[in-house]
Amino acid sequence: MADTASVVIIGGGIIGCSIAYNLAERGLRDVVLVERQFLAAGSTGRSGAGVRQQWGTEMNCRLARASIKIFEQLEEMLDYPRSIEFKQEGYLILAFTPAEARQFEANVRLQRSLGVPVTLMDARGAKEIVPHLVVDRVVAATFCPEDGHINPFLATDAYARAARRRGVDIRLWTEVTGILVNNGRVKGVHTNRGFIHCPVVVNAAGPYSQLVAAMAGVDIPVYSERHQILVTEPVQPMQGPMVISFHHGFYCQQTPHGSFIMGVGDPHEPKDFDVGHSWQFLEQVCARVRELLPGLLKLHLVRQWSGLYNITPDAQPILGGVPGLEGYWMAVGFSGHGFMLAPITGKIMAQLILGEQPEIDVSMLGLDRFERGELIREPSVV
Amino acid sequence: MLTNPQEVIICRCEDVTLAEIRQLIREGYRSLDELKRLLRCGMGPCQGRTCLPLIAQELAAHGVPIAEQRWPTFRPPTKPVKLELFAREDDPDG
Ligand SMILES: Cc1cc2nc3c(=O)[nH]c(=O)nc-3n(C[C@H](O)[C@H](O)[C@H](O)COP(=O)(O)OP(=O)(O)OC[C@H]3O[C@@H](n4cnc5c(N)ncnc54)[C@H](O)[C@@H]3O)c2cc1C
Repeated sequence: MADTASVVIIGGGIIGCSIAYNLAERGLRDVVLVERQFLAAGSTGRSGAGVRQQWGTEMNCRLARASIKIFEQLEEMLDYPRSIEFKQEGYLILAFTPAEARQFEANVRLQRSLGVPVTLMDARGAKEIVPHLVVDRVVAATFCPEDGHINPFLATDAYARAARRRGVDIRLWTEVTGILVNNGRVKGVHTNRGFIHCPVVVNAAGPYSQLVAAMAGVDIPVYSERHQILVTEPVQPMQGPMVISFHHGFYCQQTPHGSFIMGVGDPHEPKDFDVGHSWQFLEQVCARVRELLPGLLKLHLVRQWSGLYNITPDAQPILGGVPGLEGYWMAVGFSGHGFMLAPITGKIMAQLILGEQPEIDVSMLGLDRFERGELIREPSVV
Repeated sequence: MLTNPQEVIICRCEDVTLAEIRQLIREGYRSLDELKRLLRCGMGPCQGRTCLPLIAQELAAHGVPIAEQRWPTFRPPTKPVKLELFAREDDPDG
């Protein structure tokens, strides 16, 4: 019997699972999700899983805010028996130069105009929020108490289980090796376990999105880049918010489990598919800890690992289809912040695929923006 | 001897019981990688040296032969070390 699907979603990270759930929730049947390994094996399970609304572009603020509203009631919405461990104790973002402080003022004006409850403060204010923070060189800071951190495995599992209950066929250890396109229309996907006939395919392949796009003859301007991260032993709760510095490319959060996770960006990271790790990373991140949160140096390092960002020229995702190629959709290029945008992304993608009016107009995130050169660069990234 | 699976701790680092592991296997999870990510067994300081072989046996008892199981990736460091060990006096970034 021929293997057929209405839609094949490629990628079992939080983005693919959110799209699958939202399609099935809208009543679409015969949705298949294929994942080369197991769910959250890619960037999702390797991420810092911080969620924040404090962004520098209107689009990112709106997508993040809508997503946090969904995350706040995700267990209920998805009827998930466990907790996704949403720790909503804020993000404290630090500025170290006057230019950065001016950017923060502009960001806060934008964020507040969109309803984000953020406040701008001086070094003293930052110290009040995180007492063990060294603020000597801090010029300004912003704080939004609704931001936070979520367990990425459990959030992905919650979407996947809700999708399955609504009939989605999730196939693990199934790798897409080709996409059949005929006369400008998607006809199906080749996998290591056979061919699936389908008129619609969704590229949610995270850091491998450019490879999957190429299978459909689509060229997208993204590259993948390694980012490293570590986790410490668990200790008593002592830090509510995520502390983050764009200046240092550094972030540090205590999870509800008690462990601290932290990472630092390195401009010299390999821009390929390498997910190895380095000793240098440990030195770089610990230099930042010594400077900003020296009290944490006494903690034991338990593990280090890495994952990939899928980066676009403007650090905003590519959402939508491709003119002239019927049945091909993508939600890719999240540039290091795709976890927190997943709830609304899944909803919008399902609406677009089903020909409904999307909840947020994301036409400016289409692939054609790169040809038109209409890029609005997101300034607030690590 | 303890026989109540709710009292049998399989992962001592993260306090994961045999009952929790069996529950997820019943719900359909079939790999060490998935169980580790959902329950944290094997994510603690010993990185699963004690618990993963026990969980592998449990999976085998539920129809996943040991030979077909994939071992989760081992991450450095081998033993927990204090972060201050890496905080050099001279900042690597100046
Ligand atoms: C160190 C680090 C820290 C991060 N911190 C944050 C953070 O704090 N907040 C935040 O919002 N984001 C963060 N991110 C970014 C975030 O992880 C990603 O943007 C997000 O997880 C993307 O989800 P995804 O589902 O698109 O990709 P993925 O989770 O990578 O899922 C894609 C899946 O597709 C599968 N796949 C690929 N090719 C194929 C194929 N041919 N056939 C079948 N399957 C295939 C892969 O196996 C993978 O599982 C971080 C990333 C890293 C690496």
